[in-house]
Amino acid sequence: MVTTSTGIDFSKLRQRIGDGLLEETVLLPMPCVRVKRAALAETLQFLRDDPEFRLHQLSELTVVDMLYLREDDRFDVVYLLRNIPNELRVAVKCAIPEEDAWVPTAVGLWAAADWGEREAFDQYGVRFEGHPNLKRILNHHEFVGHPLRKDYDIYRGHWCSEAETLLDELELRRRRFPERRNRTDEDPGETMILNIGPSHPASHGTLRNLVELDGERILYSIPEIGYLHRGFEKSAETHEYNQVVPYTDRLNYLSAISNNVGYIKAVEELCGIEVPPRCQAIRVILCELSRIMDHLVCNGANIVDLGALTNFWYLFNLREKIYNVIEGVTGARLTNSYTRVGGLWNDINDDFVEQTRAVLAEIPQHVDDTLKLVARNRIFLDRTVGVGKISLDDAISYGWVGPCLRGCGLDHDLRKSDPYYGYEQYDFEVPVGHQGDSYDRIMIRFEEIKQSARIVEQALDNLPDGPFRADHPMAYLPDKQSKTYANIEGLVNHFKIVMHGITPPQGEVYSWTEAPNGELGFYIVSDGGMKPYKCKVRPPCFYIYSAFPHIVEGEMIADAVAILGSLNIVAGELDR
Amino acid sequence: MGLKGEDTPASPATPDTPGMDSPKANQIVYPRQANLSRPGDADVDMLGDAVTITRMEEVVAWGRKNSLWPIPFGTACCAIEFMGTVSSVFDISRFGAELVRFSPRQADLMIVAGTITYKMVPILKRIYDQMCEPKYVLSMGVCASSGGFYDNYCTLQGIDKVIPVDYYIAGCPPRPESVLQAIVELQNRMSRTGK
Repeated sequence: MVTTSTGIDFSKLRQRIGDGLLEETVLLPMPCVRVKRAALAETLQFLRDDPEFRLHQLSELTVVDMLYLREDDRFDVVYLLRNIPNELRVAVKCAIPEEDAWVPTAVGLWAAADWGEREAFDQYGVRFEGHPNLKRILNHHEFVGHPLRKDYDIYRGHWCSEAETLLDELELRRRRFPERRNRTDEDPGETMILNIGPSHPASHGTLRNLVELDGERILYSIPEIGYLHRGFEKSAETHEYNQVVPYTDRLNYLSAISNNVGYIKAVEELCGIEVPPRCQAIRVILCELSRIMDHLVCNGANIVDLGALTNFWYLFNLREKIYNVIEGVTGARLTNSYTRVGGLWNDINDDFVEQTRAVLAEIPQHVDDTLKLVARNRIFLDRTVGVGKISLDDAISYGWVGPCLRGCGLDHDLRKSDPYYGYEQYDFEVPVGHQGDSYDRIMIRFEEIKQSARIVEQALDNLPDGPFRADHPMAYLPDKQSKTYANIEGLVNHFKIVMHGITPPQGEVYSWTEAPNGELGFYIVSDGGMKPYKCKVRPPCFYIYSAFPHIVEGEMIADAVAILGSLNIVAGELDR
Repeated sequence: MGLKGEDTPASPATPDTPGMDSPKANQIVYPRQANLSRPGDADVDMLGDAVTITRMEEVVAWGRKNSLWPIPFGTACCAIEFMGTVSSVFDISRFGAELVRFSPRQADLMIVAGTITYKMVPILKRIYDQMCEPKYVLSMGVCASSGGFYDNYCTLQGIDKVIPVDYYIAGCPPRPESVLQAIVELQNRMSRTGK
C-alpha cells in the first residue's frame, strides 16, 4: 500500500469526529480517509458541507470484498467524493464485518447515492440503512446471492421466469412525492399505468420504464435497468490485465477506444508506466475520433426519436467513413481493443494520416447538412427548447458529468481542468449550455464534434516520431535476438511476462478520462497478482440515467423519449 | 381467365412444369420467368406472358422472402452494426428487408442482435411468441449464439436455449456483410423449401 502524505489537511475533520478517523492514506491519486462506521455519516456530511472541501458530487460508491486480503472486517465501502470546479477529490473508506454488513445511507446527501447504494447492495449484499428503496438494480429479482463477492462462483447463473411488475416501486414513489400526483379525494381523476420497454424503439433496446400517466403527462416514472448486465466486473477479475481490454470495448460500444484508453490509463498509473509522446498522440487522435462517432449516433438517434429520419443517414454515413479509418488502424470497425498496457497493439498504418485528413475535411459538411434540417426547424425547437430541464445543483448531486453537465452551464471538461496525454497543448473550446434542456445537450454534442475535429487536426500536424510503446518490461515482449537470447535479464524478463503476465504492485488506483459521455473512471485494486483483484467502472451514464425520473415527471410522454435520447444512455456502459 | 380445372394439372409437380421444383441454390426464381404454360393451351398462349401459372405456395414463398419485415431485438453492440447494415452504405433494402418493425405482430424476421441476459429471457420469449407464423430468427453475433466471452452468472449461453434459431451469424460484432449473407441464405432456403 502506498502511504504518503496527502497534502490535504484533515485536522478539522479529526476535531469533529475524534478517534472515528482511523487513518489518513492515499487511494491513488487522491487522499483517502478511513473512518469508523459510527463516524461515517458525520464524515460524509462534513466533507459535503465544509467550505474548505464542499465535495458536492458523489462520484462513485462501491464496495471491495477484502476476503483474500485481510482477516478481519470483510468489506470496505468506498466513497469517491469530488468538488468539480476545484478538481478536489477525496476518498472515504469504511470497513464493515460480514455478519453485520451495513452502513448508514447517503441518499440524503447526494442523489447519486440512490443507485450507487442499490448497486452495492445488489452486488455485495451490503445494506444501506435508511435507503428508501434498497432493492436489486442490475440482477433480476429471482437472483440468489451477491455475485461480486469473492466466494461467489462466476458461472452460477439463475433463470428469470418473469419480469418484475415494478408496482411496488411505483407505490413507494407515490408516497415519496405525493404532490406530483396532484389529486384530491373529491377529484381522484383517472390515471393510466403504461409499461415502455425494454424492447421498444425509443428505449434503446434494454431500458424499461413504468410510467403513470395523467392524460399524456407523466406523473411518475420508474426506470428499470440491468437488462444488459453482463458481468463486466466479475469477468475482469478472472482475466489478465491485457485480456480485460476487449471487455472494455463493449462498455460504451459507440466509442470503444475511449474505454480502452480509460482502462489502460488506470492500469498504467497503477504500474507507474509513462507512455511515450507518440503513443499519447495516437490515443488522443483515436479518442477524439471516437468522440465524434459517439456524438454522431447519439444525435442522429435522438433526432430520429423526434421523428426525423433523414439526419440519421447523413450522420451515419460520416460514421461509416470514420469506421474505415479506424478499421485500417485497429482491424475492427466497432470493437477495436487497440490499447495494451504500456502502449498500443501496433503503430498506425502508413496512410492513416492521409485518410484521417480526408475524413476530417468531410465532417463540416455532414454536420452542417444536418443542422440545416434541424437548427431552425419549428418542430425540433418546440420539442427540445425548455424540455427536460435540470438545474445545475441537481445535476451535480445526481452525479452528472460530461456534455450533459455542461448543458447545465458548468464550464468543466477534464481535458481542460486536469489535462492528460498532452491535451493542454491543443487549442480547442469547451461548449457550454445555459439552461440544461435537451436542446443544449444536443447542440453541445454538435459543437463538440467540430472541436474534436480541431484537436485531431492539430495532433496530426504534430504527430511525434518515436516508439509507440513504453520502454518498460511489462509493456512488450523483449526482442528475441538482442535481449532474450543475449543476456540473462532479457531471458528472465521474457519468462516472467509469458508465465506471469503483467503484475502491477499491490495497491489501488482511481483513474479518469473525459469519455464522450463524461468522466469515465476505473477503480482498480491490485493484490499484486496477474489479474485485477477488483475492477470497477464508474460509468457516466449510470448516474446520468438515475436522474431520469426527476427530469421527466411532469413532462409529456412523447418528450420523455426525446429527453432519453439527449442523455445518450448506452446500455453496455449503463449495465456493464 | 380460361384456367379451367381440367386444363390445369391437379398437382403441379409433374414433369411438365420444369424449373420450379428445383431451382439452383443461389438463383432467385420469379414466377414470370418460369414458363409454366403448356404448349397447345390456347387460352394461355393467347395472353402471352401476362399470365403465369404456378403453385400458390410458391407465389407466397416468393413474396414472403422478398419482403421480410425484421424486428431488431437489439440489445448491445451488434445493434449498432445492425444500424450500419440498414444505413446507406450496406443498405439492407436491396434485399427487401428494410422495413424494420418494432411491433412483433407486424414482423416475421427476428434479428437478435446483442447479449441476452437471464433478466432479458422472459422478454425475448414473449416477443418471439407474439410474432405471427411463419417466423424466422437470426442470431446475430456470438453473444446471442453462444454467450460469447460472457461466460458468467448473468448471461444466457445462447438464445437457442429459449427460442429456435434459423441462422447463426459469427462475429463480435459481425460485419454488415455477414448479416446480409445470412438474410440471403434465409431467402434461398425459403425459395428452396417454401418455408
